[in-house]
Amino acid sequence: MKLNKILKNSLLVVLACLALSACATKKVSTGQMQGDVYTGTDTVEYLASGVPDRVFFATNESVLTTASRETLRKQAAWLRKNSDVTIVLEGHADERGTREYNLALGERRANAAKDYLMTYGISSDRISVLSYGKERPVDSGSNPLAWSKNRRSVTVKAN
Amino acid sequence: MQGKCWKDKEIMNKNKFFFISILIILLFPIKSYGLIEVDITRGNLNPLPLAVSPLSIDEKSKKSFEKLLKKKNIGSEISSIVENNLKTSGLFNPLNKDAFLQAPDIANLKPRFEDWNLIKAQALITGKVTNIDDKLRVEFRLWDVLAGKEMMALAFTTVPTNWRRVGHIISDKVYERLTGEKGYFDTRIIYVAEEGPKTKRKKKLAIMDQDGANNKFLTLGNELVLTPRFNPTSQMVTYLSYFRNLPRVYLLDIETGMQEVVGDFPGMTFAPRFSPDGKKIIMSFAKDGNSDIYTMDLENRIVEKITNHPSIDTSPSYSPNGKFICFNSDRSGYQQIYVMKSDGSNVKRISFGKGIYGTPVWSPRGDLIAFTKLHKGKFYIGVMRIDGSGERLLTENFYQEAPSWSPNGRVLIFYRETKTDEKGEGFSAKLWSIDLTGYNERMVITPTDGSDPSWSSLLSN
Repeated sequence: MKLNKILKNSLLVVLACLALSACATKKVSTGQMQGDVYTGTDTVEYLASGVPDRVFFATNESVLTTASRETLRKQAAWLRKNSDVTIVLEGHADERGTREYNLALGERRANAAKDYLMTYGISSDRISVLSYGKERPVDSGSNPLAWSKNRRSVTVKAN
Repeated sequence: MQGKCWKDKEIMNKNKFFFISILIILLFPIKSYGLIEVDITRGNLNPLPLAVSPLSIDEKSKKSFEKLLKKKNIGSEISSIVENNLKTSGLFNPLNKDAFLQAPDIANLKPRFEDWNLIKAQALITGKVTNIDDKLRVEFRLWDVLAGKEMMALAFTTVPTNWRRVGHIISDKVYERLTGEKGYFDTRIIYVAEEGPKTKRKKKLAIMDQDGANNKFLTLGNELVLTPRFNPTSQMVTYLSYFRNLPRVYLLDIETGMQEVVGDFPGMTFAPRFSPDGKKIIMSFAKDGNSDIYTMDLENRIVEKITNHPSIDTSPSYSPNGKFICFNSDRSGYQQIYVMKSDGSNVKRISFGKGIYGTPVWSPRGDLIAFTKLHKGKFYIGVMRIDGSGERLLTENFYQEAPSWSPNGRVLIFYRETKTDEKGEGFSAKLWSIDLTGYNERMVITPTDGSDPSWSSLLSN
């Protein structure tokens, strides 16, 4: 009886695992998104090994996600080690907004990244901010995944 | 001329850019009752049938203008401009010339109204072109076919290269006589010409006549340029340029090509527009993640901060009397439209419908604000009264924004972008116009893709 129950339970677990992994694979194919924040690495470049150059945002938002904060901490650590490097934070928006508002939104996003880097000891003298609004998408698609890749702040070496 | 006399009057064109004197001659009969009128306040499903008889021209003038302008028959060319303008307005239906029974020169002297009635023309335009000392003299008449009466007679003398503008001015006069409102044909559009892949768009400032003719590029495309806007009182333009990767508001004199940066701001300035008197620029300045609205007086260079709020305040636009400003702010959490006094006091939200609202632009008549709205994944161009009531959506699409008013407040021009396919291809951006009634939506043809259109004031008068 007990064995049966254990078997039954483990079967459930296996089924659940299958279901989850199905979900996971499904999410990868359509998404790489959590909510509508991009979590993939397709477009990401690296400032140095293990130091991603960009963070992503939810629609209309400039709040840094947990993952974004982790990325920025890595950037801050790398910048502290390479103290002669100056950077430009390029803020971007997706195409689903008016041009002028998006310019302001891109600036707000880049500044959210700037503020975070500053709290990790990077001097504001080393950081400049440049908003492109919706003018420079990385992905030319007209779908939620493409838009999620385009809502970003990219840290670019300026020297 | 039945008691009317031609009175020659010289009018200097205020816009030095052209620097042509257009000699406007003559005048209108007193308004008489019972003549045709076109109601432009309703969607016009029955455009007024009208005949544009080609302007007649004598052989000698024809030859001389052919030599000067490389146009075989300048009379017909000017008529087709008039015809095209009236047709595009959606209010008129120019009839096919093949059906015309009367020769242009005779029609201009005295139309046989029965003939024009027969082809169902309600109005008739006739005229004559002559070469007088290598100047182009154009006279034209507008006739009410049913009443059998002349409604208007005018003549212009100008340098021959101005022939297109003569066509536009005639169109404006006819439009005004028949609708009771000023026209918008002798105007230009400044816009951003676009080329290249969506991820690396190359953008240039471009200017063209309202009908798409005389397209000219004003910048080379070396830097990103956005949102050009005309000064309502001169041939100046304000726009955003990424020159040296520093996005700043610039001023451009399209007569001289001189450019200068507006003000000395330690960060991005954007969303510029002129005040109605042309003396100030109103714009946003972004600093530390916050955008507020500022003005700069172009004469004394004094900068004033108009809004002071930790939200995004942008897309400002003055009311035509200069006393109020409408703008876009997300202080409620999402983009909405607000109105305030021009000193920044009395801020009031006016958009309360479903969705988010952007790019408010005050109508030149003062009674409406045009806007872009995003609701459930669709973009709309619409208008509302200045207190936010009476919202009316004119057009729905995948993506469109940034309406700009024709100087008479009857037509809006805006841009539309297409959805790309699964491969991210098939992107395009085009200029479109639509009547305030929501009818007569049409694409404005440009040599390249286009966006951010801005309509000039009337160039003449």
